[in-house]
Amino acid sequence: MLKKTILSALMAAVLGTGAYASGAESHIEDFDFSFEGPFGTYDQHQLQRGLQVYTEVCAACHGLQYVAFRTLGDEGGPHLEADQVKAYAAQFDVYDAELDEDRAAKPSDKFPQGTYEGAPDLSLMAKARAGFHGPNGLGINQVVKGMGGAEYIASILSGYTGEEKEEAGTTFYENTAFPGGWISMSPPLEDELVEFRDGHENNVHHMAQDVAAFLMWAAEPKMTTRKEVGFLVFVFMIFLAALLYLTNKKLWAPHKYKD
Amino acid sequence: MSGIPHDHYEPKTGFEKWLHERLPIVSLAYNTLMIPTPKNLNWWWIWGIVLAFCLVLQIITGIVLAMHYTPHVDLAFASGEHIMRDVNGGWALRYIHMNGASLFFLAVYIHIFRGLYYGSYKAPREITWIIGMLIYLAMMATGFLGYVLPWGQMSFWGATVITGLFGAIPFIGESIQAWLLGGPAVDNATLNRFFSLHYLLPFVIVGLVAVHMWAFHTTGNNNPTGVEVRRGSKDEVEKDTLPFWPYFVIKDLFALVVVLAIFVAVIWTMPNYFGHPDNYTIANPLSTPAHIVPEWYYLPFYAILRAFTADVWVVQIASFFTGGIVDAKFFGVLAMFGSIFVMALVPWLDTSKTRSGVYRPQFKWWFWFLVIDFMVLMWCGAMPAEPPYSTISLIGAGYWFGYFLVILPVLGWVEKTKTPPATIEEDFDAHYPPKPAE
Repeated sequence: MLKKTILSALMAAVLGTGAYASGAESHIEDFDFSFEGPFGTYDQHQLQRGLQVYTEVCAACHGLQYVAFRTLGDEGGPHLEADQVKAYAAQFDVYDAELDEDRAAKPSDKFPQGTYEGAPDLSLMAKARAGFHGPNGLGINQVVKGMGGAEYIASILSGYTGEEKEEAGTTFYENTAFPGGWISMSPPLEDELVEFRDGHENNVHHMAQDVAAFLMWAAEPKMTTRKEVGFLVFVFMIFLAALLYLTNKKLWAPHKYKD
Repeated sequence: MSGIPHDHYEPKTGFEKWLHERLPIVSLAYNTLMIPTPKNLNWWWIWGIVLAFCLVLQIITGIVLAMHYTPHVDLAFASGEHIMRDVNGGWALRYIHMNGASLFFLAVYIHIFRGLYYGSYKAPREITWIIGMLIYLAMMATGFLGYVLPWGQMSFWGATVITGLFGAIPFIGESIQAWLLGGPAVDNATLNRFFSLHYLLPFVIVGLVAVHMWAFHTTGNNNPTGVEVRRGSKDEVEKDTLPFWPYFVIKDLFALVVVLAIFVAVIWTMPNYFGHPDNYTIANPLSTPAHIVPEWYYLPFYAILRAFTADVWVVQIASFFTGGIVDAKFFGVLAMFGSIFVMALVPWLDTSKTRSGVYRPQFKWWFWFLVIDFMVLMWCGAMPAEPPYSTISLIGAGYWFGYFLVILPVLGWVEKTKTPPATIEEDFDAHYPPKPAE
């Protein structure tokens, strides 16, 4: 019994230390995303809407420097048609070292870097922030909810209270999700800012969720493959373990249950 | 190779004889694989195989990762993303390598605590134990060096903090730190040498593992009773043992696959669970993260490092008698390395004549308290360095040293131990009673 208690405590401690102090109180809303859980996948339409929000709003300041345009055509991602990818890339100008000048981007290029110094690159933002598991949480809910990076982004985008203050020449905006409560990014979204091509609802809450989903894909584009392969390998391992269990049992039987 | 009498390899064909006279390699493999192994080994004895597997897994995934990685401050982070996005199966390689480090350390901790419980460190297995401690130290170094390579925020600041430990050594510390870093701060020179050493050290570990195995193949395995295999004759040996192949190979493989199923499930569902989100932000020397937290497997020792602050009386005494040379920072460093050093000395600190903890009623309690202590320290290491965690860390660190330096030496004298079974056969038959003769 003691052993069992200690074992479970060991598991708890080992698992629990994946958590870390999350800093000031901030509220992260638990959005429901299609990619949560062991079998969750990206919603292609949501990623396309998120791409639209990114393009029309975020891209004004932020970049996606690790994401190649061609991946927008990947299955499991936004899955745009080849000519759509081409047309999409062409809206951006990238610097070409060979020509030593800017030219329209091709699918093989990556998204440009941000234009505004204070705006961090968003390629990995959904993995670089964690929404869940505070200092004492075990964080095991990652299995069903993910790390909460997408929730963090959506909560920031929809967490503005409308209050603002000025400190040393910089304006800060009150935000219920941002650690410390005041963020220097002005509220980027307002209701009906982006007209979705699929006519989807476009209040701040919906737009925030869609662009957060898109950024989760941008950060973890191979997630669907990972879950498919991971599940198959897991099943294989269980099967192999069963066979080895029986082999082991049979092998030892003459010694354990001798006449 | 083994000191236990058993069948030896006999070359039969002409080629085998020819080879055997020149290089007895088949004989070496045969003797290694057929080593008589106590037949009462329980499931705590499977972690050695898990560790051997981890070492090979990390080396193979690491070598392939190195083909796509660029150790340069401007390119390292991007090459990590290149692996995750563009390299075929790169995401799997990287996630396996990242989480493989966690599995490696989980296995080594269970392996070490198993040795501590069953007295595997006691004579005549002291060398096995010491080599094991060296392997563990090399693993810690390798893990730390590897964590710097992705060049994220935690990579950079972890490297800054850990190399700073060496800077705490009086007089020569700053020179040592600069020598380690290749400059005044963590920079491109640091990344390059860390990459080089991260590639080198696993092969040093391979060498140490070979010696570790050589040593315990010479003494024979310990077992849950701590009773030695009878070596009077081959007959006696066969009553106490079974050959490693196939009995323990199949048993260990089964256990390994179960462990790997869990490992795969982690990569499938939450591959970043053991990592830190900050490491997905590129290293920025101008922005310090709010909390610099090492990987989970360093946390207990990180807690010990931070436990000894300037207001702790032992630190004040040390500082007073050394004229300030041993300050709180250096004391913490000494305590951290000391905590592993006292563990390495355990073969001589434990004075009990009884080897296995199974037959030591008082020892059991102190041992399990040490396990809990280890986990509490791990938890404290993840917390900010402020009350009440600093106090808890201090108590935890105190117990760690107390266990090895006071409890184990004293317990050997005062404890009334139970009598282990006379032979391994007796223990095995008690678990699996032979059917009465009809």
